[in-house]
Amino acid sequence: MQFMLLFSRQGKLRLQKWYVPLSDKERKKISRDLVQTILARKPKMCSFLEWRDLKIVYKRYASLYFCCAVEDQDNELITLEIIHRYVELLDKYFGSVCELDIIFNFEKAYFILDEFLLGGEAQETSKKNVLKAIEQADLLQEVCGLCPR
Amino acid sequence: MPAVSKGDGMRGLAVFISDIRNCKSKEAEIKRINKELANIRSKFKGDKALDGYSKKKYVCKLLFIFLLGHDIDFGHMEAVNLLSSNKYTEKQIGYLFISVLVNSNSELIRLINNAIKNDLSSRNPTFMCLALHCIANVGSREMAEAFAGEIPRILVAGDTMDSVKQSAALCLLRLYKASPDLVLMGEWTSRVVHLLNDQHMGVVTAAISLITCLSSKNPDEFKTCVSLAVSRLSRIVSSASTDLQDYTYYFVPAPWLSCKLLRLLQCYPPPEDGAVKGRLVECLETILNKAQEPPKSKKVQHSNAKNAILFEAISLIIHYDSEPNLLVRACNQLGQFLQHRETNLRYLALESMCTLASSEFSHEAVKTHIETVINALKTERDVSVRQRAADLLYAMCDRSNAKQIVAEMLSYLETADYSIREEMVLKVAILAEKYAVDYSWYVDTILNLIRIAGDYVSEEVWYRVIQIVINRDDVQGYAAKTVFEALQAPACHENMVKVGGYILGEFGNLIAGDPRSSPLVQFNLLHSKFHLCSVPTRALLLSAYIKFINLFPETKATIQEVLRSDSQIRNSDVELQQRAVEYLKLSSIASTDVLATVLEEMPPFPERESSILAKLKKKKGPGAVSVELEDGKERGELNGGGDRGGDAAIAASNASTPSPSADLLGLRSTAPASGATPSAGSLLVDVFSEAGPSATSAGVNDDGFLRFVCKNNGVLFENQLLQIGIKSEYRQNLGRMYLFYGNKTSVQFVSFNTTVSCPGELFRSTKTVEPLVEGGAQVQQVINIECLTDFIDAPLLNIKFRYGGALQNISLKLPVTINKFFQPTEMAAADFFQRWKQLSQPQQEAQKIFKASHGMDTEVLKAKLLGLGTALLENVDPNPENYVCAGVIQTKAQQVGCLLRLEPNAQAQMYRLTLRSSKDTVSQRVCDLLAEQF
Repeated sequence: MQFMLLFSRQGKLRLQKWYVPLSDKERKKISRDLVQTILARKPKMCSFLEWRDLKIVYKRYASLYFCCAVEDQDNELITLEIIHRYVELLDKYFGSVCELDIIFNFEKAYFILDEFLLGGEAQETSKKNVLKAIEQADLLQEVCGLCPR
Repeated sequence: MPAVSKGDGMRGLAVFISDIRNCKSKEAEIKRINKELANIRSKFKGDKALDGYSKKKYVCKLLFIFLLGHDIDFGHMEAVNLLSSNKYTEKQIGYLFISVLVNSNSELIRLINNAIKNDLSSRNPTFMCLALHCIANVGSREMAEAFAGEIPRILVAGDTMDSVKQSAALCLLRLYKASPDLVLMGEWTSRVVHLLNDQHMGVVTAAISLITCLSSKNPDEFKTCVSLAVSRLSRIVSSASTDLQDYTYYFVPAPWLSCKLLRLLQCYPPPEDGAVKGRLVECLETILNKAQEPPKSKKVQHSNAKNAILFEAISLIIHYDSEPNLLVRACNQLGQFLQHRETNLRYLALESMCTLASSEFSHEAVKTHIETVINALKTERDVSVRQRAADLLYAMCDRSNAKQIVAEMLSYLETADYSIREEMVLKVAILAEKYAVDYSWYVDTILNLIRIAGDYVSEEVWYRVIQIVINRDDVQGYAAKTVFEALQAPACHENMVKVGGYILGEFGNLIAGDPRSSPLVQFNLLHSKFHLCSVPTRALLLSAYIKFINLFPETKATIQEVLRSDSQIRNSDVELQQRAVEYLKLSSIASTDVLATVLEEMPPFPERESSILAKLKKKKGPGAVSVELEDGKERGELNGGGDRGGDAAIAASNASTPSPSADLLGLRSTAPASGATPSAGSLLVDVFSEAGPSATSAGVNDDGFLRFVCKNNGVLFENQLLQIGIKSEYRQNLGRMYLFYGNKTSVQFVSFNTTVSCPGELFRSTKTVEPLVEGGAQVQQVINIECLTDFIDAPLLNIKFRYGGALQNISLKLPVTINKFFQPTEMAAADFFQRWKQLSQPQQEAQKIFKASHGMDTEVLKAKLLGLGTALLENVDPNPENYVCAGVIQTKAQQVGCLLRLEPNAQAQMYRLTLRSSKDTVSQRVCDLLAEQF
């Protein structure tokens, strides 16, 4: 996978993860173009599209679009389920996740993603194991959680 | 604010995010952000040492601001400080900041690497994972230099925790992809392969991505993975849906791992060991069977996961291309998806079938679905699905179904999206020619193509139809009749007029017996289009008229009157004027015999064979043909000269009977004699070469490279074996070029291999093409180009393949020129002249004064200047005859503003071209390129 983007129906980027080296300018341009392309598509259309030399796999969950760019030989359907598994992880962690959770706890969304995908490949596909890792980290925080608020 | 705030909420951060969300306008948001940035800056600079929590909070705010799309130029040091905190939460935020905002400051990198090193050796798995995630997220060369040796050790060490192994495997993969030279193979490689046997499914899932990548680059070193992968796959496939506990996804056991195992196997040929192979075939059969079972859940996730494995298995079956049973079964199962209610499955089935169509075992099975695919082309609502259907129709086309498929593609063209028309036109033209048994069908098809999508029909396509009509006398009458009918449409495309002019001029006599298409009717029909056409077409029509005088003496008076009119004989275009004058003279002075000899029917075109190739064959003897076409220019002259020479020789021999004709030709006697001098002067040569073989035969004759300076699409090269079509698009400093290699023979090309070598100023990535190109098939290659800085040398494309045992070797210049990276710039007259003056240093300017080698028609000039990529500025130059243009050349290193002025002098048939830009090499190069275009 080359990158993953989460954006709202209004086109606001909520999360971006890049697995290939690109300049900030290129990233902004790619996000802008792609968000536009996807928002212009109608609901019943196919979840896959060819875009430049990449395959784009996307799916909408409530107000959020999840979009992955994969390479030519990658499997579209399994990528679709990568997206779904990530949504499940967010959902389980936040307890029926909504866009606001991701806005206010964006750092958590990144941490969960890092446990699940690394370098653009699935690192751990078991929901239990990913959440266990995240909860352990949270526990570590609470142990030293005497930090002032 | 959401109720959930797990772990440590940072209230200050939440308040800030709320504030931003409450901003009513972009301005308010920027104001709020600037206030926050000032606050954070003062906190970081303040005398009071910040505690870890505050530091973390501010770093997190900076991160948020950056992710909103604003630039952040400080805070890196504070983030690096957080890395060495012993509080997990602070460390974690520090790493996140570093991963997102990578900075190339070397001092910082040293500090970051130190912190990572400490965490890697901490033996605390959570800390180790954080450090590994950071390396994997950044993936820079500096990190590879520092850690590429250490990570393999962590990965294969016996006492490493599973979670750390998973991170280490993917971390190493990222480093290997970024800097393969720094990841050295060694003792660890064999142990990595054995991770496929690991107890922990998560470890296998992570490790297999690494193994697949390494195997694809070093297949021999990793080939033991094949049997391990097969046995792992076999265990998963045969397990019950509950066996794998949390690795079962919606009743499908380990779908991700299964797909990856199947993908890994695609790096290798079928296993040689019979037992392993048997086991694998069993697995594949089981997967196909399971896909047919009733679903265990109605959830789409269940069917997606199951079908993901099915598609991956089918990819492997296609990759092996050796198991007819499995291929046909795969095809049938995909066939069921063609009418599935899920758009996604229809899309994938069409895509996958495209590759099945090229296998000899499954080609027939794919063909049985033709009706469904045609239906998809007509009814799918999503253009991307229709595109897949069109691709599949093209792939499944053969002699048996060509008529049907071409008809459907033509009718689809009428409504096709603009984005895909050009490709469709090319495909229809190729199929029509390749499978034409009946040439009247071929003529109909191409004329329809021009009628429906004339704008997208390239010259090569209509040249070709004329060549075929000339060479086949059984189709000439039909062609004349059809084109005559097509021309009767009130609005017909200029390409149709060209074909019409040529064919009626040659074969109008074949339909002249019918009073509805009597000679005068034909002439009036053609002439009614004359005033709507561009100069080259008008020139062609004038030639048709003189042929009419020869064919039908009764039209002589009418046509002479037309030629004599001021608008012809005093036309401001010198080419048209010359033709009118000469044709008029020819028709009034020459006897009918002379006329008949001069305007004799065109001799058949030689069967498609490049003259260079023929020459080489003679020299080296058959079977050892190797064409080395280095320089575009040289090629053009050699071949172009040869072809024109040929035509001129025909003209000369036609007219070689001494006396009256000799006198007549004496007007132009230099032209046929020297033959090789092209250009406007040589009338007869021109008449014959108007649609002559020079343009298509071997494609290259006409200076392939320079032909593409002002256009992006067309046929780059053609000989009797191979045709190379090109389609390219550019945006900013990036370009993408599609090359279509068409095998024109009925025999497959083997060891088909292409390499592109680029000058250092360009960067390119190329996907390799399949080594086999079936007879009649076309393969596509995509080349991505990035312009790093301005350049002169074009990339070289080298193509090697074996055709019937003989090695073919072709080198071509790819038409990538600096002007492709132009972005047009609109500006007002005042701005233009101000900038023009600013660029007044002598080295910033390049100028050329040269003779026109084509007509000086305004519209053609404009089209060329626009094709160059600049903006054509109207009402800027005080002299309306002149053209000025402006554009910016985008390279990675810099942007080069460029101004252009072209001053035609119609009297003298000369141009003065002046280029000014901020870079001397650019001015010179653009000037050189453009001077060849007029």
